[in-house]
Amino acid sequence: MDLRKKKITVHDMCLRDGMHAKRHQITINDMVKVSKAMDEAGIPMIEVTHGDGLGGASVNYGFPAARDEEYLTAVCKEMKNAKISALLLPGIGTVDHMKMAIDCGISTIRVATHCTEADVAEQHLTMARSIDNLDAVGFLMMAHMIDAEELVVQLKMMEDFGANCVYITDSAGYMLPDDVTSRISLARAELKPETELGFHGHHNMAMSVANSVAAVAAGANRIDASIAGLGAGAGNTPLEVFVAVCDRMGIETGIDSFKAMDIAEDLVIPMMDHMVRIDRDSLTLGYAGVYSSFLLFAKRSAKKYNLSTRDILVELGRRRTVGGQEDMIEDLALDMAKSQGTL
Amino acid sequence: MGNKIKAAIIGPGNIGTDLLIKAQRSELIEPVWMVGVDAQSSGLVRATQMGLKTTAEGVEGMLPTMREDGVQICFDATSASVHAENSQKVNEQGAVIIDLTPAAIGPFCVPPVNLVDAVTQKAMNVNMVTCGGQATIPLVAAVSRVQAVIYGEIVATVSSRSAGPGTRKNIDEFTRTTAKGIEVCGGAHTGKAIIIINPAEPPLIMRDTVHCLTKEDPDQKAITQSVHDMIQEVQAYVPGYTLKNGPVFDGKRVSIYMEVEGLGDFLPKYAGNLDIMTAAGLRTAEMYAEEILAGRFLPQAG
Repeated sequence: MDLRKKKITVHDMCLRDGMHAKRHQITINDMVKVSKAMDEAGIPMIEVTHGDGLGGASVNYGFPAARDEEYLTAVCKEMKNAKISALLLPGIGTVDHMKMAIDCGISTIRVATHCTEADVAEQHLTMARSIDNLDAVGFLMMAHMIDAEELVVQLKMMEDFGANCVYITDSAGYMLPDDVTSRISLARAELKPETELGFHGHHNMAMSVANSVAAVAAGANRIDASIAGLGAGAGNTPLEVFVAVCDRMGIETGIDSFKAMDIAEDLVIPMMDHMVRIDRDSLTLGYAGVYSSFLLFAKRSAKKYNLSTRDILVELGRRRTVGGQEDMIEDLALDMAKSQGTL
Repeated sequence: MGNKIKAAIIGPGNIGTDLLIKAQRSELIEPVWMVGVDAQSSGLVRATQMGLKTTAEGVEGMLPTMREDGVQICFDATSASVHAENSQKVNEQGAVIIDLTPAAIGPFCVPPVNLVDAVTQKAMNVNMVTCGGQATIPLVAAVSRVQAVIYGEIVATVSSRSAGPGTRKNIDEFTRTTAKGIEVCGGAHTGKAIIIINPAEPPLIMRDTVHCLTKEDPDQKAITQSVHDMIQEVQAYVPGYTLKNGPVFDGKRVSIYMEVEGLGDFLPKYAGNLDIMTAAGLRTAEMYAEEILAGRFLPQAG
């Protein structure tokens, strides 16, 4: 496939999706240090929020090291070229959080819902669209759970509410390149030509780079990636790898590959609490189609109740749990421990 | 029928219709009016068939005769945006209004926690918080009546089929109103509410998680007892209100995992979130009816 001269926008996730892998404990100092280095490297967009979006600070998802307001204020004022985005999940955060983030200086708000529930984003996208120069993005999570036709209905709903860009999000890292191609190409054909189209991958099945290239080939122009892959599960599409592949293919990202590699090696990998990689449990997320940020919660419950993380994850997949249902994990672990007679 | 208080239901949708079916079994409430805006709507047609007076002209259509029809209690099952107007109009006709929308103009009412307060204060408008609030605030209160709760958080997971267009359009009102209810009725210093909509088929039964952070180390025995007692109180009007797991104690965290199955009157059993609203609304009306019948309270305008 010839994608030479195709221009895309790469959006970094390591300071938002990466919060999952860091149990939301990234310090303000590290946020500023990493985001400045990314700005230097020419990364055009950087997301900074609690892993579960604005208002995610909770018992259910974890209390972060600092408030979203503190992270956003600290990072926004240091950026020379990069634009900062925040994530918002209706049902967790509200338009009040969104207004706060706008006051802190974000340029993009990304409103995320489960892939079948786009209509809960109406309030937030409508408001986002009413604000001058705010980039309003709709983000459909767990997009592997429905087919391309159903997905397009939901994407169009977000477009109607006012999103100028919509995303197909492989939250479980379940999709294979053909799954991406069919969804992105139908979406590209059906959405308004001026609506941007994005893809967000996870690396649980080692497909994230190939999936992102497939997305570009099928018509996506925004790609989420994360320096060193720092993100939930086996991480996101590793940004430095994806950018290197883009260089070789002639896809234009505007990012300095060597600088991106250096940030990964020198700044982000040393920040990791555990190596974010494909192992038995993160592979199970992709294999069973489970929301990637469930990983550490399942590991903790498995340890506490003497269960196998994989068994918990497989059962969560079987029950068709969706993003945000972290509270289900301890409840399920208790059920499993009871039925095994260990509790 | 002489010993029942007459009531009107505003909003013939899923909630209003389920409420109607429940109210017809009540020994204290007699539903006499169903108010809608669309004469063709199935809810209004059904209410007519069931022998109620109906109008498709909104509250205006009932106002001229509601006094002579003896309506003393109205249920508002419409939406937050029109509630204030409905409330004012029926209050002027001397009827109490029980608000099932998240408008929250009047004081919050969660029956096993503070219903008695609302009734003894003779409030002419009471608000039923939200479905998630009705399912979880009793348990926050069960912990806070034992010891100080500095933070109460609830996660309500409902099936996609049971989340109507009103909830979806105004999802922020759900999180805000529920969080406030956790503080005001639940007794937590700070409240937080999360709602998750899950499209799995067959639809999942409403599930709720309650997390409390206590100020001092939790008194495990007293909290466990209090939680079990509270569940029994809610079961009096929602039999399918079930403790799944917990209370789990982890440091100062107390977590309770619940499932709420509805009665399946008009709404399917999985929609426990809607059932607990209609059951709580009716329970509130019955308490008012008892006061009215005993001569202790006469609802009146202004």
